[in-house]
Amino acid sequence: MQPIPQTENQVRLKEPSLGVAQFIRSLSAIIWKDLAAELRSRELLSAMLVFALLVILIFNFSLELDAQARSTVTAGVLWVTFAFAGTLGLNRSMAMEKDRGCLDGLLLAPVDRSAIYFGKAIGNLIFMLIVEVIVLPVYSVLYSVNLFKPGLLLVILLGSIGYVAVGTLLSSMAVQTRTRDVLLPILLFPLVIPVLIAAVKGSTGFLQGAQAVDIRPWINLLIVYDVIFVAVAFMVFDYIVEE
Amino acid sequence: MESKPRMLAILDIVTILLFITAVAMVFLYAPLEAVMGQVQRVFYFHVANAWVGMLGFLVAAIAGVAFLRKGDRKWDVVGMAAVEISFVFFFIAIVSGSIWARGSWGTWWTWDPRLTTAAIVELVYAAYLMLRQGIEDPDRRARFGAVYAILSFISVPLTFISIRIFRTIHPVIIGSGAAGAEGSFDMTPKMLQTFMFSLFTFSFIFADLLWHRIRLGQLADKTENLRLKVLQ
Repeated sequence: MQPIPQTENQVRLKEPSLGVAQFIRSLSAIIWKDLAAELRSRELLSAMLVFALLVILIFNFSLELDAQARSTVTAGVLWVTFAFAGTLGLNRSMAMEKDRGCLDGLLLAPVDRSAIYFGKAIGNLIFMLIVEVIVLPVYSVLYSVNLFKPGLLLVILLGSIGYVAVGTLLSSMAVQTRTRDVLLPILLFPLVIPVLIAAVKGSTGFLQGAQAVDIRPWINLLIVYDVIFVAVAFMVFDYIVEE
Repeated sequence: MESKPRMLAILDIVTILLFITAVAMVFLYAPLEAVMGQVQRVFYFHVANAWVGMLGFLVAAIAGVAFLRKGDRKWDVVGMAAVEISFVFFFIAIVSGSIWARGSWGTWWTWDPRLTTAAIVELVYAAYLMLRQGIEDPDRRARFGAVYAILSFISVPLTFISIRIFRTIHPVIIGSGAAGAEGSFDMTPKMLQTFMFSLFTFSFIFADLLWHRIRLGQLADKTENLRLKVLQ
């Protein structure tokens, strides 16, 4: 069998990383680039936010969110909202890089590939957290539920980290395929199910004031997931952007 | 065009004979289960199918790691073959389990850890196949497939654990069962022999199909190369 010619050796960075300081410098440059672009266009955040509010609105009618139902389904509604809005943001943030040729520019830049991954992931995380920070008070006001409990916020932070860690990786994969936007949720949702289960259960626990013993396993699961997937994404990201 | 290897032809025949024997054992050799009756006979092939389904998952992840490390196209063909075969076998496992559950639990489906995880594994396979379909460049298709196989191989056990924290009603015939399991039973020696033989047989079926599928993938690669050569 004839080996198929490999294209991966055409572009090789000579000396990608020069220590921690360099890494942090390029990392923050990438994050700052995303934030600056967003500050000027505001297309990503506004789309995510409006979408998130619409999802909550639809849930209101489809689930009849009366006082009794609210105590049990609030966490579920919130996480479905975050997950859907998150997909929108992940898709958009990577599509922007791809369409305007920024991704090629980033890859040509003499920075470590993992700095690109972490830069994009942290950028996405910031967007997701901003959306959550706005959605939470709106939800609290609309349904008069107090969502500002430190435990709940911790669960939301941990869940978002896991979601974004896998999501950034898969969105950079999906954006390079023919089907693009359609593919991301299909790839992402089966893999983030542990995050969603643990986050919903943990959030419900905190909202209903459950014992710490009952909530601990879910928090642990979230931490384990975050650690594993950040590490794996760090290891395999090279293979995804390799050209 | 290379002809079919002799070993593969032998393996084909052995597999067919094993399968006929296994079917005969399930229906003629294994005794009738006292409580559940005939529907319990699904169990032998149900577990064997699920075993093949999970085996393919493992093979695909190992092939993924091997491909990323070595960059040899051979491993990509292996991973793809394993996922394709396991997709079908796992589907059979889910359907046969459903039939058994209707007879034993009185419902086609419940959101039990194993059932839910099985459904998610099946969806992961579907996502894997869709991902590959959307990429034209063979090198990129192989890399993305490998990465996705590895990611899902890590994620699925976590899914299982996360649902396992709830109580389960799925019977655990091998190993210790949960206290709340319904439809559990103790195997007689004849049942155990039939069960083990089914697992053995289905492993052969998996190996045989895998070999065929790998050959098919290699031939497809070859025709693709020839076509490119003609076009140039």
